[in-house]
Amino acid sequence: MIPELGEYALILALGFSVLLATIPLYGASSLNALWMEYAKPLAKAQFTFMVISFVCLATAFAQDDFTVQYVANHSNSQLPIQFKLSAVWGGHEGSLLLWALILSGWTIAVSLFSRGLPLDMLARVLGVMGIIATGFISFLLWTSSPFLRYLPRSPQDGADLNPLLQDFGLIVHPPLLYMGYVGFSVAFAFAIAALLSGRLDAAWARWSRPWTNIAWAFLGGGITLGSWWAYYELGWGGWWFWDPVENASLMPWLVGTALMHSLAVTEKRGVFKSWTLLLAIFAFSLSLLGTFLVRSGVLTSVHAFASDPERGFFILVLLVLTIGGSLTLYAFKVPNVKSESSFGWLSREMLLLVNNVFLVVMAVTVLLGTLYPLLIDALGAGKISVGPPYFNALFVPIMGFMVVCMGLSSAARWRNTPLKNIKKQLLLPALISLAIGFIFPFAYGDGFSFRVFLGISLSLWIMSTVLHEFKAKFRANSSVLAKLKQLSPSYYGMMLAHLGVAVTAIGITLVSVYSEERDMRMAIGDTIELADYQFKFLGTKPVTGANYVADQASLEISLAGEAVVTLHPEKRRYNVKRSMMTEASIDAGLFRDLYIALGEPLADGAWAVRVHYKPYVRWLWLGGLLMSLGGILTVFDKRYRKNKVTTSGAAHA
Amino acid sequence: MTPKRQKRLTIILAIVLGSSLIVGLVMYSLNQNINLFYSASQIAQGEAPVGARIRVGGMVVDGSVKRATDSLRVSFALTDYENTVNVVFTGILPDLFREGQGIIAQGQMDKKGIFQAVEVLAKHDENYMPPEIAETMKAKQEAVK
Repeated sequence: MIPELGEYALILALGFSVLLATIPLYGASSLNALWMEYAKPLAKAQFTFMVISFVCLATAFAQDDFTVQYVANHSNSQLPIQFKLSAVWGGHEGSLLLWALILSGWTIAVSLFSRGLPLDMLARVLGVMGIIATGFISFLLWTSSPFLRYLPRSPQDGADLNPLLQDFGLIVHPPLLYMGYVGFSVAFAFAIAALLSGRLDAAWARWSRPWTNIAWAFLGGGITLGSWWAYYELGWGGWWFWDPVENASLMPWLVGTALMHSLAVTEKRGVFKSWTLLLAIFAFSLSLLGTFLVRSGVLTSVHAFASDPERGFFILVLLVLTIGGSLTLYAFKVPNVKSESSFGWLSREMLLLVNNVFLVVMAVTVLLGTLYPLLIDALGAGKISVGPPYFNALFVPIMGFMVVCMGLSSAARWRNTPLKNIKKQLLLPALISLAIGFIFPFAYGDGFSFRVFLGISLSLWIMSTVLHEFKAKFRANSSVLAKLKQLSPSYYGMMLAHLGVAVTAIGITLVSVYSEERDMRMAIGDTIELADYQFKFLGTKPVTGANYVADQASLEISLAGEAVVTLHPEKRRYNVKRSMMTEASIDAGLFRDLYIALGEPLADGAWAVRVHYKPYVRWLWLGGLLMSLGGILTVFDKRYRKNKVTTSGAAHA
Repeated sequence: MTPKRQKRLTIILAIVLGSSLIVGLVMYSLNQNINLFYSASQIAQGEAPVGARIRVGGMVVDGSVKRATDSLRVSFALTDYENTVNVVFTGILPDLFREGQGIIAQGQMDKKGIFQAVEVLAKHDENYMPPEIAETMKAKQEAVK
């Protein structure tokens, strides 16, 4: 009964999104206030029925209703309850339902928190989001309904959730990532609404800024979490694989970062308007492309769900309609856009333009590397794969150059800055970061390393310029405390995010240069040494979990004769799928991780053991978190609330 | 030329130069870093280059997995049900590596015709067959008909 209710609610939600996609948009174009007013209640209705539908599916999981195909394929009665609930988005259908639920959530959020938005703008924004929802909910209903039944013969028990996904990481990672992906639909909707209305002044940039920042923060958080999950769960000790699906989330993040900065320039200075619109369109298109790549199974990937050509085709059509439609609209409307001011060669605008170009170029190279195998295959020129060296070879120089500009921009002013000023302000930070960067590899490692020099210098360059700019704010002020209060949350957010970049860069540099790793055959009592630590293998014992049995090994780790910790990596065997899983054991620390994973059992109680020493690996996720926190902080700026009041005043006047 | 036009021209030139530089870099690194995929039959016919980084895919032959007793050296054979290729790998195999399972190995051919793998990939799905393998096998079956 409950699954049918869910399906029914989903159909109703589709009905409301069709209405939302038509009535307010028609009202806005014919200036019919009543029809425009329908946008808000329709958004509420759509959200309500999406929630009902989602709760129905979750209930089916909680009650082990194995007559439902999706539940039977992704759950099992032995599964602990938290994993039963997170299994709702453990497969294709459920994760799409989550996608649609989050989309309707963003829609209702826009309708609730945009009191200051002029009515026609709100109607258009919600209308555009209604169009997207219509596309996705019909996709759900026609190709991948999670509510289909196995009748009359249903299985006694479920096929279980993939053991890799039975983890805290899966509970949080997809929802966060989807919040980001789908969140860019808000920026997209604002851009399309601005194009439709023809009012391409800076106002739309101000309205969509907080939404874009939040979406960006969620996406960054999701990527960070995904990287962390891959690190401890896949058992290889890697944190980024340039896997097509990782790339699919990185591309919108890169373009989103560009969008965020470009929106700031558009709002403050009234330039880059058409570019910003284009970025908003691309950020969301890349999110859709990401969904297409994951769902269609066109690319081989660790994430590939059971794929189906029909589904891939449907998403491809959605993708083509979105990109084609929005670009056509853009082509017709954008020639009317006028810049409101000009700027010189050495100005904040110019540096932000450089930042934008680099970020977009980076996204394009990632896109090329991801799609190149597809292209070659389609041309019949053979089967290839593009390896991580390609991405590293391009990512490092492009990002390095961008970081140099990032530091410069902290000293540059709007419009124009004399070169003399920049020199005066940044000479000291530059010298300090170069000097420390040069000394660091000697002090930490055992000799000069260019990569460490580069990475550390660039990170310190960001940190010192950010702090320098912060300090400069206090020069003319008598009270430090008053100034601290006076600075806006969005300034603090920017500082935090930029420091996050530096922290991540330090993590990436040190972990990729100074990591040590050994695969060894270890018999009981064997000891190996890695990065001054001694690892002693004490043997294994069998343990039993809720839905698995495991061999649990014990390794005693000591440093210079002193015991540090004893780690217990496991080799699990899940009962239902009969699949093996490596559960790594990690001693985490701010400055180093010790990471042990079990390979396979060998003769005489010996095991293949993989031991990693990962210095500063936590920094890379810490930096990611700082960036996301910074993004969220900017939203608490009073400016947005104040501006909303004035614009609403103007609208009513 | 007015100063405004001059500036515009400079910007356009910079963009053209910059993008051609990037495109050049991209093409160069792509050519350096692509890994071509070969099936066991292609290797048996000597199509695969010796010493170049390539990928080989196939099913692990039953009973072919042999481990060294004192190290992590493993040898096994991969088949596309027509020809087989011998693979040597030192290290830890993925959880889903087992006999009869479809896998992809990355590495290079040595002069003796043995594939020296540096990486072995198996998918986290027991019924999974890499699309590359599935396709070559399908082509095989059709050729038989």
